[in-house]
Amino acid sequence: MTTDTPVAAVRGRTRPADGRSRATPRPPRRTGPGPRGRAGGIPWLYLAPALVVLGALLVYPIYQLGLISLFHYTQAQVSGGQPATFEGLGNYRRLLADEQFWQVLGATVVFAAACVLSTLAVGCALAVLLTRVRALPRLALMLAALGAWATPAVTGSTVWLFLFDPDFGPVNRLLGLGDHSWTYGRFSAFFLVLLEVVWCSFPFVMVTVYAGIRSVPAEVLEAASLDGASQWRIWRSVLAPMLRPILTVVTIQSVIWDFKVFTQIYVMTGGGGIAGQNLVLNVYAYQQAFASSQYSLGSAIGVVMLLILLAVTLVYLRLLRRQGEEL
Amino acid sequence: MTTANPLVRRPWRLAAEASALLIAVVVAFPLYWMVLGAFKPADEIESSEPRPWTTAPTLDSFRRVFEQQEFGRYFLNSVIVAGSVVIASALIAFLAATAVTRFRFRFRTTLLIMFLVAQMVPVEALTIPLFFLMRDMGQLNTLGALILPHLAFSLPFAIWMLRGFVKAVPEALEEAAYIDGASRARFLWQILFPLVLPGLVATSVFSFISAWNDFLFAKSFIISDTSQSTLPMALLVFFKPDEPDWGGVMAASTVMTIPVLVFFVLVQRRLVSGLGGAVKD
Repeated sequence: MTTDTPVAAVRGRTRPADGRSRATPRPPRRTGPGPRGRAGGIPWLYLAPALVVLGALLVYPIYQLGLISLFHYTQAQVSGGQPATFEGLGNYRRLLADEQFWQVLGATVVFAAACVLSTLAVGCALAVLLTRVRALPRLALMLAALGAWATPAVTGSTVWLFLFDPDFGPVNRLLGLGDHSWTYGRFSAFFLVLLEVVWCSFPFVMVTVYAGIRSVPAEVLEAASLDGASQWRIWRSVLAPMLRPILTVVTIQSVIWDFKVFTQIYVMTGGGGIAGQNLVLNVYAYQQAFASSQYSLGSAIGVVMLLILLAVTLVYLRLLRRQGEEL
Repeated sequence: MTTANPLVRRPWRLAAEASALLIAVVVAFPLYWMVLGAFKPADEIESSEPRPWTTAPTLDSFRRVFEQQEFGRYFLNSVIVAGSVVIASALIAFLAATAVTRFRFRFRTTLLIMFLVAQMVPVEALTIPLFFLMRDMGQLNTLGALILPHLAFSLPFAIWMLRGFVKAVPEALEEAAYIDGASRARFLWQILFPLVLPGLVATSVFSFISAWNDFLFAKSFIISDTSQSTLPMALLVFFKPDEPDWGGVMAASTVMTIPVLVFFVLVQRRLVSGLGGAVKD
């Protein structure tokens, strides 16, 4: 790959790790009229559009989500027929007492974990493979992966259903499965969705990890090899530590994406599978809110999702900090 | 381009290359099957012995798709939504990324952490409050209801990614510009912006995809005025779980996928280096 990333130029430059000393505002540095001069209100001017958009469309909705989840809010309240009544934690109590909620939560966690692990395994393995082949096979695999990556979730979902269609799909013919229906059983339906999710999300991992491996200087690998290290040893002791920041990023991204899969489940299992056997939290919240008009219950589910992903984010931040990443 | 790792022995390399090609075929197969399905005549699609080729390619399925009420409109709507999100988030993120990299000010680190946390917020969980917000803003059943949430969704990531690119522009350049009498605005748009443009292109891929793929918001916020709907909804017209019109679904899927493919191929190189850059940073 070409190394026209401007970042390379930055890496040599060091800056005091100011991230740790937030409490004390740094004295303004005077370097003439340059960028490090007194900033005044200019950065806030630059930030204003972003802050307005994020405040209005992210922060405020989060506040609203929390609020709605504390009220009794159904169709009658939405249309203004009845006033919304404050329920406190009533919705959460109902949710936690609901057996289906726990089942959906469990399915979501297991399904997301399976997707993340498979995606990472496939992505990393293929990234290593890419470094072992000449330009032509590499280009072929890269283009195929870009194609899968570019495919919108809706179309990917329908195409995979078509591939596994019991009557007209090639997969059942190839495997000699007759008219076996993949979407009928709970596990086979989840498995089919997993295949689609891995297919469209491994390219991000592969390309990112590949770019990371490429950025490891060849001399380092050569030196290790001259010292008699095996391939596995090189991966474990040289590459893996250097790639750790990249691996952290792709893992966290995958967790976030796979935890909130909506389109694939909705399209491939027809809105959550037979009798809701393939529901995940996202689809469940949507069903509660928009199909059953249980807006407050749907919001409570949304809050639960938000909290889980917030926990993941905190872990991520800690990891970044421990690696000495400066912000 | 570097050549293959010289440390790998020859038979292994050939085996690796063979498997790479095989995997490429497997990965590309669903896309091939989609395009093939779009061109197959109905009787071949509805055959219990599906063949990986067709003897009588036809445009029937595409005709059905484009004859469908307002399909062109849906396509245009998708382009408007994705285009607005890409342009708006690029401009806004550029300004914000410049602010957090080229200035020192109070709460800078706090803001950066907030942008990082904001990336993790599952927008899907916000569908309900966004629905009420869009209703109160009179945006339900308009494209604004699709553009605005996706803008908010792509901004934090775009800012985070652009940071590395803005940082990489030497400060000396900025000082030189001021000494030569350039104003801040002039530096920003005539010097910094063109230099960061490659990074903006890589960043755009993500905002484009999130907006182009949108399914949940289109389904939730465009409820009565279907002329404001987007491609995923048009595709679903052919996709009835009990009896899908596979030819139509595949043709619509092909039409929906091609713009993204083109976009990807155009920015492919930038994307790979951009990712490497953002991650290394």
